Amino acid sequence: MLTIAGRTFRSRLFGGTGKFSSPKVMKEALDASGCEMVTVALRRVDLANPADDIMSVLDRKKFLFLPNTSGARDAHEAVRLARLARAAGGGEWLKLEVTPDPRTLLPDPIETLKATEILVKEGFIVLPYMNADPVLALRLQDAGAAAVMPLGSPIGTNQGILTAFQIAIIIEQARVPVVVDAGLGAPSHAAQAMEMGADAVLVNTAIAVAGDPVRMARAFALAVEAGREAFEAGLGERREDAAASSPETGLDFLR
Amino acid sequence: MIHETFTIPDFAELQRLVERNCHTADVHHALQSDRIDIKGLAALLSPAAEHLLPRLAARSARITAKRFGRTIQIYAPLYLSNFCINRCAYCGFSAGNKIDRRVLTMEEAEQEAMILHGRGFKHILLVAGEAPARLGVDYLAALTTRLRDGFAAISIEVQPLEEDEYVRLFAAGITSVAVYQETYDRGIYGQVHHAGKKCDFDYRLATPARAAAAGMREVGIGALLGLADWRLEGLAMGMHLAWLRKHYWRTALTISFPRLRPAEGGFQPLVKVNERMLTQMIFALRIFDPDVGLLLSTREEARFRDGMVGLGPTRYSAGSCTAPGGYAHPELTGEQFSVGDHRSMQEVCADICQKGYDPVRKDWDATFQIKDGGSGMSAAF
Repeated sequence: MLTIAGRTFRSRLFGGTGKFSSPKVMKEALDASGCEMVTVALRRVDLANPADDIMSVLDRKKFLFLPNTSGARDAHEAVRLARLARAAGGGEWLKLEVTPDPRTLLPDPIETLKATEILVKEGFIVLPYMNADPVLALRLQDAGAAAVMPLGSPIGTNQGILTAFQIAIIIEQARVPVVVDAGLGAPSHAAQAMEMGADAVLVNTAIAVAGDPVRMARAFALAVEAGREAFEAGLGERREDAAASSPETGLDFLR
Repeated sequence: MIHETFTIPDFAELQRLVERNCHTADVHHALQSDRIDIKGLAALLSPAAEHLLPRLAARSARITAKRFGRTIQIYAPLYLSNFCINRCAYCGFSAGNKIDRRVLTMEEAEQEAMILHGRGFKHILLVAGEAPARLGVDYLAALTTRLRDGFAAISIEVQPLEEDEYVRLFAAGITSVAVYQETYDRGIYGQVHHAGKKCDFDYRLATPARAAAAGMREVGIGALLGLADWRLEGLAMGMHLAWLRKHYWRTALTISFPRLRPAEGGFQPLVKVNERMLTQMIFALRIFDPDVGLLLSTREEARFRDGMVGLGPTRYSAGSCTAPGGYAHPELTGEQFSVGDHRSMQEVCADICQKGYDPVRKDWDATFQIKDGGSGMSAAF
């Protein structure tokens, strides 16, 4: 089972609450996905208001809320948002997003690291959204991030895992769980991340904007399970060359 | 930085791990995987992999070529002292042995270094027995400061030190630290270490992490082969290596495979480790960790070292003398062990070239580390 910051999760699929056609569809899709953690944008929800359209339909006993700082342009803004969220009952868990470029919403590595350092010291459980940079992942881990969330491709693009090579390195090196976030547009993308050994994936847009979000949520759940199963079963080597012929002569020198 | 401690399972548990992964199918699976985990390493070290040794060799060679190219790094040990407070059954320097004891003066050490420099060595390894009253951090820091302009990289293989001492030595110009556990089998460790600080298994086991935490560019681990089951030593080294990688990602790592050599005291190996076993161990660890530097010293014969070029090892010592002062005075005795490869550095390099590989003498620069001046490369700018 997946463990992040001492908490275990049966499902390795994390959901989101944005872009759905209605709170009702969102609830049905998240229920169908089997996910136990959902991220909510602090700029979108009113955490302190039980009548908020998102807060009111989701059962916080069933889903761990992962507030995100989407919209923050620098460490300063992200830290302030996080503190306000905690004060409003948002809890310690935080998906740190620092995205100064409103067009691509790509994360700022320097500000993300700065904010992580501050928020970890303040007791937050920080899951930073980051570009798929292996050294940055290690720096964030050293700063105390509870998990790292490298992107497969830019948010909302549905391009799949364009950063496979870097993500493979991150997975190999990390001591903390690796959650592939952003850009996963089809269940096959999620399966690929899991086959590579990612600990979990976060999927929002691909489910929210699907023709039938509820069925798509189920499809992602199955894909995540299949990919994880394949990873644990042990995939064979991909090789460019045919199997080397026996180099028996190479060991003639042995006594 | 969080300081966690590496622990090693006892050998009975490691034995079960090998037994659970010792089918030919496990070996084939390991040979066909992109990356192998500790179970794959167990399979490659198991008896089932013995008849597949050529397959292991081919894969090890391919991985080594991809990561290191057609190169072998060259270094020489510089023995500073054979005084030792420890009584270790297998070592020529053991406190109970009647050998000529000496600790080189700063001038003598410098003279030895200049001989190595004159022979073309740029990477040297300072070696000493454990006798901190005669040779401690002050000595090493002072000597390094004197030598660092003449060498690209200076490593140490001396007694385990504290983290702040490693910090000091790094600042003085030491690049890397080698501390071999000798054996990861706690029981056998107790049997062969009779007296001295070295009897503390756990302190020694935690030493590579202290050196890495201090900022050392490179840390070397190893087991002295001939003490305990080599398969399990290989597995333990793999675990230690993987743990160090996860916890000290800024530090490059190396493994050494010293087989017991005849030495003063007449110790007989407790277990046999022949060349086929040694190669299986080297291939298995290379396949397990494509990036680790693998050392093959002059403990091994020229024939074997020539044969192994390109198959896994990446670093060779050459022209070594294991008696303090032995480069200036070849007639001196008091060596740690007798070497198996008597070729000069030039001969070793010529043979490496002959095999189509480049013997690399300089692969670092003191300028990276020297913050307080120094007249190395920086002087030219």
